[in-house]
Amino acid sequence: MRKARVIGIVGSATIIRNGRVIDPANKRDEIADLFITDGRITEKSEVRSQKSEIEDIDAKELIVAPGLIDMHVHLREPGFSHKETIESGARAAAAGGFTTVVCMPNTSPVADNPSTIAWIKDRAAAVACVNVLPTGAISKNLAGEELAPIGSLAQAGVVAITDDGHCVQNHEVMRRAVEYARMVDLPVLDHCQDYNLVGNGVVHEGYWSTLLGLPGWPAAGEEAMVVRNILLAELCDHHIHCQHISTAGSVRLIHEARARGVKISGEVCPHHIALTDEAIQNFDTNCKMNPPLRSQKDVDALLEGIADGTLSILCSDHAPHANFEKEVEFDAAPFGIIGLETELGLFIDLLVHKYGKIDIARLIEMYTVEPARLLKINAGTLSIGARADVTLIDPELEWTVRTDQFQSASRNSPFGGWKLKGRAVRTIAGGKTVWKL
Amino acid sequence: MTTRRGSVPGSTRWTRKDLLGLRELSADEINFVLETTDAFKEVGTRQIKKVPALRGKTLVNFFVEPSTRTRTSFELAAFRLSADVINISATTSSLTKGETLKDTARNLEALHADILVLRHSAAGAPQFLANRLKASVINAGDGAHEHPTQALLDLYTIRERRGKIADLRVAIIGDILFSRVARSNIFGLLKLGARVTLVGPSTLVPREFEKLGVEVSYKIDEVLPKADVINLLRIQHERQRREYFPGLGEYVRLFGLTKERAKLLKPDCLIMHPGPINRGVEIDSDVADGLQSVILDQVTNGLAVRMAVLYLCGGIAT
Amino acid sequence: MKQEKQNSSAAVPIMDAEAIRRALRRIAHEIIERNPPLEKVVLAGIPSRGVEIARRVAAFIREIEQIDMETGVIDVAMHRDDVGTRPELPIVHASNLPVPLEERTVIIVDDVLYTGRTARAAMDAINSFGRPARIQLAVLIDRGHRELPIRPDYVGKNLPTATPEQIQVRLQETDNEPDAVWLERES
Repeated sequence: MRKARVIGIVGSATIIRNGRVIDPANKRDEIADLFITDGRITEKSEVRSQKSEIEDIDAKELIVAPGLIDMHVHLREPGFSHKETIESGARAAAAGGFTTVVCMPNTSPVADNPSTIAWIKDRAAAVACVNVLPTGAISKNLAGEELAPIGSLAQAGVVAITDDGHCVQNHEVMRRAVEYARMVDLPVLDHCQDYNLVGNGVVHEGYWSTLLGLPGWPAAGEEAMVVRNILLAELCDHHIHCQHISTAGSVRLIHEARARGVKISGEVCPHHIALTDEAIQNFDTNCKMNPPLRSQKDVDALLEGIADGTLSILCSDHAPHANFEKEVEFDAAPFGIIGLETELGLFIDLLVHKYGKIDIARLIEMYTVEPARLLKINAGTLSIGARADVTLIDPELEWTVRTDQFQSASRNSPFGGWKLKGRAVRTIAGGKTVWKL
Repeated sequence: MTTRRGSVPGSTRWTRKDLLGLRELSADEINFVLETTDAFKEVGTRQIKKVPALRGKTLVNFFVEPSTRTRTSFELAAFRLSADVINISATTSSLTKGETLKDTARNLEALHADILVLRHSAAGAPQFLANRLKASVINAGDGAHEHPTQALLDLYTIRERRGKIADLRVAIIGDILFSRVARSNIFGLLKLGARVTLVGPSTLVPREFEKLGVEVSYKIDEVLPKADVINLLRIQHERQRREYFPGLGEYVRLFGLTKERAKLLKPDCLIMHPGPINRGVEIDSDVADGLQSVILDQVTNGLAVRMAVLYLCGGIAT
Repeated sequence: MKQEKQNSSAAVPIMDAEAIRRALRRIAHEIIERNPPLEKVVLAGIPSRGVEIARRVAAFIREIEQIDMETGVIDVAMHRDDVGTRPELPIVHASNLPVPLEERTVIIVDDVLYTGRTARAAMDAINSFGRPARIQLAVLIDRGHRELPIRPDYVGKNLPTATPEQIQVRLQETDNEPDAVWLERES
């Protein structure tokens, strides 16, 4: 696999032949060829005029999609490079079919200041094989008390603000943050967790937490903040995006609010539909994440929410942790699992094949147009002139997840050994293949 | 006497090296432990209360969460089986120096510990070790999850006094939500056919428990007259519990087994308590010493149960 | 320990019900002869067949001398020297001996004497009850191949065997089959 830079080399050209081009932004779904010149999507004619060698990629039976965007990823740098680095995380993204990732600010130091943002961007430019877009914090040090310098963060180039990992508890502080973010036109992303209701909950409060005697994380703990966000989105007339939605109640609240035109949205992570809280009965720490795995009733509601468009974005919440950190008693283990290299396979397998909730075109839309629109970024399309970020997907490919073959520096995934149908087979960033199967 | 290789009808119905909880045991296995306990209880009546069954084996009492009573019971049980005993607590272990549970346990295994009795505040900790160690792991209490030997001795005591478990009406009273004793008892009693009712403040006895197959009641005066056995749990009023109920005084008024309430009990109803008792809180002092109380029997039976469990788990060839 | 009797043609009958009856009656006489006063004697059987044999011997003694013998049970499972080496644990039973044992004669009663390890375990068990004046051993069959310096005081029948052979004792009360002793040669 060649390490590539995201901007194409002058004089390069690629033709991707015979694939099913699905480009929801341009309402395309047809068998066609795709042409890339100098790292951009171009017309056929431009390629013909190239003097240099033309790379020919056969995409028969494959889907040719805009490079996918995962807008919820923890790259762990600066500060936690034993779990993941920008470099390894980017490789993991490429292996998962993603050409753009949006990284969360709960690093060390926290990304609540322009210097840290600059560091992240520089590092990404130097070593990342895909596009890395940073987010900035809502509050200083993620403490939820004082606003971070949101304006400066906007200038430094963050695409959104979030306290992900944490949640501003004081609604007044959150209100002011949302108003401020509106001024600089940054969307607000929120990890919805009411600390008091949740307490020291480690698993979904329900049958399994009762049976096993583990402290529960009640659904109301997420829904309380979803309600808060709906009210503030209305009050401030600004978009709030609720991260990793996991409960039926949250889906219902978002649905009703959107029906009224409130600027609220939600995203779903694959583990919240692939597993239920029953999975924790062996105290496997690879099933411990925040928010936790929920009941079947919640899974069903999430599926409906995806089908009817209430939940409009798919992502992973890729949260790497080192082996020695996860291999401890359940109470002591950190929350989170990796996901970049399994999310596409899981979502295609479950949403398209198993449950038939959406078709592959909509799935691609939820990974391209939807996040690009929310974050107002120039990505997720195959328009002429767009950066040549392309993902080739084989929706029928059957494969078995091998955690030992992951590109990520960490291995904390519960999906080892799972047989999935659907996978990215080639990832092209800026016209260069950065990963292929 | 000749022996035959292979599964012989005279040999045990127990093949587990660990005892992690009652939830995964079958009724047959539970009954087998209780029958085995009969034999070991008899050892306590001999002049020399010692048998060589675990001679040469090393048992480590690893009590990360402290306890004197349970640890002493396991220690004595081990001595009666002629095992060698080492006691490690959280403070004497290197856990305070940042060593992980896994590394501490592997160090113990390197010292040829055969049986590890673990009490830990994290649910699932015994399972965590059992998956990684060749030694037998006995759960002496993991967080709010299970305390299998306590439930086994409770079952044994009921069986000893009433001859059976099936169809008895058993009421467990107190802080159920945070109680591993309650959970193990629920699993064991249901498997053996008892009818279980949970009683306590609604914040500590959520209705969710009904999904396990038990009844939930907040009216102790209605439950007591019908009960064949009541098992009182210790009420703690630590900082963490203050949001669950207002105070011990209120608890006594609503749920304490006062002298008046004790009059509601059937004459042959058994009064049980895992100990240590808070006299005057969950149980009136005189009632604790009264005729229906089998609290001291529980302690004696606890020793026999633990001998049986150590014999069964520790005696299997590894 | 209960055993499954194979219906193999390699099983040879050694004793039938009548032969067993005469042997136990003779043992009863021998016990009476060697142990005055009989009141101090305890017939302690090893579960399961030893207990039944002890019961029958006590019945004979009652018939002959009109004296009710003390009987007991010695469970050896927890006294075995091979705990932890076998893939399955033997089932433990409660033992039962009249205490105090001082000044008493305890006669261990079992169906077959082989390596002697069971008898050793039985003596070990008796020790934890007290210190009897004498311990004696009564068996229905002695098949040889001792691994310890143990010798029986009362024997129903001496039956030299080869190691691969098996002795199968069946008693109506414990096995629900007619009384018999079989010798099985493993093919």
